[in-house]
Parts: sequence; C-alpha cells; structure tokens
Amino acid sequence: MHIMNRHYFIAALAFMLLILVVSCRKILPGAPSDDEVLDGPVESLTYEQNQQHLRGDVAFNDQVFTPETGLGPVFVATSCGSCHIADGKGHPFTTLTRFGQSDSTGNKFLDQGGPLLQVRAVPGYHPEKLPAGAPVSRLTPPIVTGGGFIELVPEADILAMADPDDLDGDGISGVPNWSYLPSYITPGPGSVTQGGKYLCRFGKKGATFNLLQQTVTAYNQDIGITSVYNPLDAWSLKDIDPEISSSTVHDVVFYLQTLKAPVQRDQDDPDVMAGKTIFNKIGCNSCHKSTLKTGYSPLEGLSNKEFHPYTDLLLHDMGPPLDDGYTEGSAKTSEWRTAPLWGLGLAPKSQGGQYFLLHDGRAHSIEEAISFHAGEASSRRDKYNALSAHEKQQLITFLKSL
Amino acid sequence: MTISISHFKHIVLLLLCSGITSIASAQKDSAHVNRQPTDTGRQKMNMDAVYNRPFLSVGKLPIAIGGYIEANTQYAATDGVSEGLSFQMRRTTLFFSSTIARRIKFLSELEFEDGTKEINLEFAAMDLEFHPLLNLRGGIVMNPIGAFNQNHDGPRWDFIDRPVSATTIIPSTLSNVGFGLYGKYFSRKLTIGYEAYLTNGFDDRIIANEDNRTSLAAGKLNPERFEENNSGLPIFTGKIAFRNRRIGELGLSYMGGVYNKFREDGLVLDEKRRMRVLAVDFNTTLLKNRLTLLGEYASVMVEVPATYSQIFGTRQSGGFLDIVGTVLQRRMFGWDKARLNVVLRVEAVDYNKGTFNETGGRIGDEIWAIVPGIAFRPVGTTVLRFNYRYSEETDLLNNDPARTGVIQFGLSTYF
Repeated sequence: MHIMNRHYFIAALAFMLLILVVSCRKILPGAPSDDEVLDGPVESLTYEQNQQHLRGDVAFNDQVFTPETGLGPVFVATSCGSCHIADGKGHPFTTLTRFGQSDSTGNKFLDQGGPLLQVRAVPGYHPEKLPAGAPVSRLTPPIVTGGGFIELVPEADILAMADPDDLDGDGISGVPNWSYLPSYITPGPGSVTQGGKYLCRFGKKGATFNLLQQTVTAYNQDIGITSVYNPLDAWSLKDIDPEISSSTVHDVVFYLQTLKAPVQRDQDDPDVMAGKTIFNKIGCNSCHKSTLKTGYSPLEGLSNKEFHPYTDLLLHDMGPPLDDGYTEGSAKTSEWRTAPLWGLGLAPKSQGGQYFLLHDGRAHSIEEAISFHAGEASSRRDKYNALSAHEKQQLITFLKSL
Repeated sequence: MTISISHFKHIVLLLLCSGITSIASAQKDSAHVNRQPTDTGRQKMNMDAVYNRPFLSVGKLPIAIGGYIEANTQYAATDGVSEGLSFQMRRTTLFFSSTIARRIKFLSELEFEDGTKEINLEFAAMDLEFHPLLNLRGGIVMNPIGAFNQNHDGPRWDFIDRPVSATTIIPSTLSNVGFGLYGKYFSRKLTIGYEAYLTNGFDDRIIANEDNRTSLAAGKLNPERFEENNSGLPIFTGKIAFRNRRIGELGLSYMGGVYNKFREDGLVLDEKRRMRVLAVDFNTTLLKNRLTLLGEYASVMVEVPATYSQIFGTRQSGGFLDIVGTVLQRRMFGWDKARLNVVLRVEAVDYNKGTFNETGGRIGDEIWAIVPGIAFRPVGTTVLRFNYRYSEETDLLNNDPARTGVIQFGLSTYF
C-alpha cells in the first residue's frame, strides 16, 4: 500500500475513533437535571413496580387512539399525553369545556352530552354543540405529577385545614368538595361521608375522589374510550364494549400515583428565599399550604412522606372574576380548589414557552394570575399589590422556582 | 407489498432452486457467471435507477439477479436516555430481471427489512418499449415522486439513515399497483425524461394513525392496497426531469388523488378528501466529480375535516441537502479506485404547518438534523459509512426540543 494512503487512512480511522470516544461523553445530548423535568418515578420502586410504572408511562404518553382503536367518535384529544405533554400543564389547544351544572343539585345536561363538550369528531361525524342555556366553564389540563402524594393525604388532615365559618378570622374559609361517587369507586374503610357524599380532592373544582376516577373519566370523556368502569359511549349515550383493558387503566393509574413530586429549584438563591418569606408574610400560604404529609402506603416512596404542593386541597370563594357560573360536586360556582403551585415554574416548558394559568388559562403571567384573585383571596392580592417592585420580583422568583 | 408466510416459503424455495442452479452452472464453468458491474456511486438519471444496478447472469439463463444489503450498528441517546448499542440489519434486497424479448423486460425487487420483520415486494413490473419516448410499465411500480423514492438503494448513499423527509413526507419506498408511461428525449445538451402513472393510493390512516400526525407513511400501511384501491379512485403520479451533463439533473414531480373511503356498498359515507404532493429534486457534480450536491424538497397538502383534530395538519414540508466530497481517490488496500468521501447532510421537516385556532400561535411538530460523516468506497458498489447525527424535534406546542445524538457505523453493498 502506498505510504501516503496508509497515512490518510490511519488518520481517518483515528478521527473516527476519536469521535466515537469523545461523542459518548460530549456530543450525545445529556439528560436535563431532575428539577427541570416533571416526569420520573418516585423513589424506592421495586422491579415489578417499575415495570408497571413503565407500562403506564407508555399507555399515558405514547398510546394514541384512532377510530380503529376506539377514538371518539366525538372527543377532545387522541391520547393522554396530548393534554399533559411531559406530564405538565396543558395548552388552550386541549382546554376542556365542561357544561351543565350550576349548583350542588347536579348536572342537568347529562342527556345532552354533559358534562364535557367534545369539540372534535372523527371524519364523518360531527362534534357536540353547546346546548342553549347551559352553564359552562373552560378548564386547562393540570400537571399530573405528584398525584400519588395528593391521593394519600389523610382526609382528617384536609378537614383539619377547613374553616368553613372562618373561626380563626383570617378571612379564609376553605371547605372540602363533597360529591357522590361512581359505582366503581370503593372508598377506604375510614372515608368520611356527608349525606352519602364523599370528600373529594382532584380536579379544578376538587370534585373527583381519586386517580382511578380521574383516569376513567378522562378516557371516557376526553378521548371517547369506554372501559368496564365506564362503558357509556359519549356519542351514542349507550353502553358499549370496553375499548381499553382494565389492566391498562390500572397501569395508568399506577403511573400517575408513582410520578415523583416536582422538585423545587434554586432553593438557596437569596431572591427565592426572600420571596418565600414574602409569600408567607402576606398570607398566600393560608390556602397554598407549602407542606402536606401522606398517610400509609404500601409503596415506600409514598408512605408517610412530607411533600410541598402549595395547596390545601380545599375550595375557596375566588369572587366574581373567576365565577363562570358552572360547578361540580358541592362547590359553588365561584369556588375553586386551591391550585397546587408545585411545578409552576416549569409550566412554560409544557405550554409552548408561555404561561396559560388559572383554571382556563386566561392568565399569561404569574402576576396576571395573582391579579385575578378576589373573594377570599382579595386581601392577599391587595397585600401583593402593596409590595415594592423588588419584593414583587422576589416573590415571583420564588414562585418560578417551584 | 407485504407477503404472507406461505408466500415467503415459496419465494425461499424458488431462490434456493435458482441458487442451486447457479452453483451447478458455476461448477461446470465459472466463466459463465457474468457480473455486470455498475459504479452506483455515479448516477445516470434518477428514473434509470431501477435498472441501473449491478446484476449477475448465469450462463444462458434468461434471468439476472442482484441485490444489496445494509447493516449497521448505532448508539443513540435522546436527552440523556439511551437504549444502548444496537446492531441492525436494515435491509436485504433481491432483484430479478429478465429480458423477455426485444424491448420487453421485467424486473422485481424483493426487500427484507429488519431481518425478516417486514417482507415487501417493492417493485415488480414489466416494461414494454414502443419508442424511446413511449414505454409502457405495469405492475407494482415505484411512484416517481421526488428522487429518493426512485433511487433509494443503500449502496448508492453515503449516509446510513435515509433522509427523514424522504421516509415521512414522501414515504419511501412508495410503490403501488398501476400502469403508466415513461420516456426520454435526447438532445446534444439535454436529456428530458418523463413518467406518468395511475396507481392505487393511500387510505384513511393518513389522518387516523398512531403517529398522531398527518402521515402518508401511515397511509401506505394497508396491506390490501395491492389488490384493492381504498378510495376507488386512482392517484396520479407524474414527473418530468431534465439532465445536462455539465449542470446536473432537476426533477419536478406531483402526486395526488383521493385517499379516503368515501363510499361503500353504494352508500356515500364521507366527502372525497384529497392529498397532493409536490416535489423538486436536483443533483449535480462539481470540481471534476469530486463534489456532489443533491437534494430534495417536498410539500404535502392533505384535506382534513375542519372538525377533526389540528394534530393532523393540512400542510407538511421537508427536504434534505447532501454534500459529498471526495478527498481521496486512488489505489487503497489493493482496490484500484477506492474513494474516501467526507459527507454532510442537513435536513428538516415540518409535519404541521399552521397556527392553533385557539391561540394563533405557530404549531410545532418539526425535526431538523445535521449529519456529518465519512464514507469509504473500496469499489463503487460497496460503501463503509461512519455517521454522527444530531437532531432536534419539537412537539406540537413548540416546547423545548428533544435532542438526539446518534453515532453509527455501517456498510452497504450490492452483490
């Protein structure tokens, strides 16, 4: 072989090997830090639990329904992941429109397609139309991480935070949402009842009992997928064969239960620390409780753990600006469950680089969301408005760290 | 065309028989095995690619056979998550051609993808030449949309992955049952080629698929399309290409037709929904054949019901540009005309061009990638390839992109 050729060839091979060695460490994209993403399991899952978490992950994030596999025929989204991209807050593209209920006596429009307006339809079908006179509210999909922690907060702890008559005189009077349960939900032996209704905690109105109900309802109403738990077809309003297996439903529920809690960032940043002090000083923590604790769980990573959701899981009267005239369970139309603030700073990462905050995504910044606080939250909003520009910036920096 | 197991067994039996015959002939007189090599690194017109392949003919057998393989290893990671190192047998392809009589010929292309995970009859057509300007082709034909679909053999390319736009915007390899005409006009400076076919088309999976996006690739998955046209109406594919020896080749192509099943059993089920693809491709060589530029751009328009999800976009586009520079061409390791190429591909696709009804914001669902690499060709029909690929993919909402890096080494050769 010609010596020059050999040199060229050795140089090329050396270059390739160099790239190979270096690339594994340098040019293959690295993972974002744990506090920059919402997905990921809780700690201490066993092999079997990790397997079920992964199955649920695939069903939640990757399983796309088609007309052939049961989509619709009327629907809002084609998959769970369409609404909860990267397990985060949703976008107006998949904002839900719920209608038909204005008080605690229940939904009066169930025979006209309520409670969800399926705004899309597979080819050849027509989407639902909003019935005349129906009360309506639009609900942006929430983040889904940390759901297992919320599910495990003992009812006694939630009731202990309630203050319906504002006996402590702080102007805040949180109440639980009491709702009837669907037949497939079996409450635990210690569940508290009130007139046949149970204490619920999930959803913007807090009217959903647990993650099984949340999952079954979302499959049925949002995607048009029936299950043994809810075989009612949202289009024909007739019971049909299950379009998803029960094991898949359970896998998804397990996935949601075992998603880690969002991790706060920059906790040692002086502005974040100062902002947290301000948050407590002006009374935001009256509703947005920083720390709750789970009860017992057979899953070690969830059992008896303190976590930081910044919610009390109770309903509060937010006044006219947020009163859409629609409600669920025992909530009044102006009442909303305290929105958990965890993951707030990561919202733009799942909302296309923007903020779409509050129940319907109307607020495009944290400041704007605060400005919509009224009713019980009026005094806290006023205290925020009275802060100096620097203090406001520190408070917002803290909220963005969550 | 996907083949059943029983068909597959018959094909294997046929191959064995022809192989035994070949070996027997070779044992008698190996000089009767004729290799008809072609330097596939050099290109005629893209429309010639189907016959511009190396074939082996045995003695006086009226059939010539050929084929190629593509295998590689790769290590990929997306945002720090890797499935580890994989070895992949992407394709084994067999060609059979025969000159039936003067100006009547036949060629078929049988492809095994990912081992035997997919077995497809990608081309099986008879060509009948009435005149250089008027040839009839019928059977399973490759729709002449873009250049890559016609000219997709692995050994021709210095990159391991096929271009994203050429597999998802134009779903190469796209072939269908149909008939059509093609021909060429030659002048001193210019060759003009045309192709025009009517074939079976796609199906409703274009907008009802688990890719969760408008996808012509999903719309060709229907295994029935080789015996029944889903819409009942043919799609038209046409191309005109110009080649000048000095400047290169430019191709303009169009494919369009109704894709959905709008009627069944005499009942009208739905409106007719159409898809259209426009593509432009070019290739040229510069610096005394030491630098090759080739590229393709395609735009897709699909009629989607207004009340269906915006996830399924009405417009898509994508393309790629390959730059192949020969840095060495001389005798190496005993191969007389070995070539060492440095290559670069840039590519991008937008699966959903439009804005959200709800916010007016731009819809994402895009990929772009850059692929530098080295390719060594000991002979024109064999290539060793080393590629690094970096790509970014944004979701529908235009959130931060998922970043993927892939290191690949592979080989591809005609045999």
